[in-house]
Amino acid sequence: MGETMRKNLRLKVQIFYTILTNGYVYGFLNGKIYQGNLKYACVPGLNCYSCPGAVGSCPIGALQAVLNQRSVQIPFGVLGFLFVFGSILGRFVCGWLCPFGLVQDLLHGIPLFQKRKRLPFHSVLKYGKYMVLIFLVCIGSAFLFGGFAKVPAFCKYLCPSGTLFGALPLLTGNKLLRSQAGGLFFWKLGILLVLLTLSVKIYRPFCQYLCPLGAVYGWFNRFSLVQIHWEEEQCISCHACEDACPAGLSLKEISRSSECIRCGRCIRVCPAECLHFRK
Amino acid sequence: MGFLKIYRQKAWLLGTALGFAFLGLGAARGQLEIVWKKAVMICLECIGIG
Repeated sequence: MGETMRKNLRLKVQIFYTILTNGYVYGFLNGKIYQGNLKYACVPGLNCYSCPGAVGSCPIGALQAVLNQRSVQIPFGVLGFLFVFGSILGRFVCGWLCPFGLVQDLLHGIPLFQKRKRLPFHSVLKYGKYMVLIFLVCIGSAFLFGGFAKVPAFCKYLCPSGTLFGALPLLTGNKLLRSQAGGLFFWKLGILLVLLTLSVKIYRPFCQYLCPLGAVYGWFNRFSLVQIHWEEEQCISCHACEDACPAGLSLKEISRSSECIRCGRCIRVCPAECLHFRK
Repeated sequence: MGFLKIYRQKAWLLGTALGFAFLGLGAARGQLEIVWKKAVMICLECIGIG
């Protein structure tokens, strides 16, 4: 496989997958959403089901929908999707199959500002995504925030993917919805703008610090089927992989760390070809 | 050590099997219906209106 082809493979997969899972063109044209049976299933990435083009359900939205039920229940169905995707792919989903990850990647490619891999206090801030998962997605949706009516707290107060792929296209194409947009919409729009601006300078700030789905898949990274393997005996210790890693991981952390999104940049730059995707 | 290595190599299989078992259990409890009902209506919270 040619070098250019290899370099662009991930981008091509990301674009193809985003179009595939958001391909309901009628929805974009009419300000409506898809209502077919495919929405019984969750897609692997963070993909708002209120995006006019979405043909599947967002796993985090689905998790909250079950937790929002009047009777508290363990969301086995959604956990099933997460276990299957996580066990096979781990955070490969984040690197290759997440539409919001693609947006952040594209913004990071803009030649503005001096690029940084991480925010200051990264070692503390990286736990933010676990806090979001526990307090907003789980506890927030099951007990708090809504008073008597439970609400999907993450979707309502934080999710920038919902604002970008759901709110903006729907409000553009639907006059009735546009007339109802108020303070909450502008709060979410503010979060989206901050994250998109940060993405130009920092590598994937939402994925590194806030994404609850990344927190879930990170747990599976240690044993998922898709791994990046390191042939230690072939390694010439040039550290090219560490320099290239957008998440700033060390050689020993690559692949097994919960922060590795399997982008494959380390594999591409290794002169000794001692890193590769393999079971 | 050998057992641990094999266990780690095959843990994804266990996780996948558990995932399908959870999926079946969730479907039997009507949870996929809950997800579908939520996903086919415009989620006002998601778009910052609700």
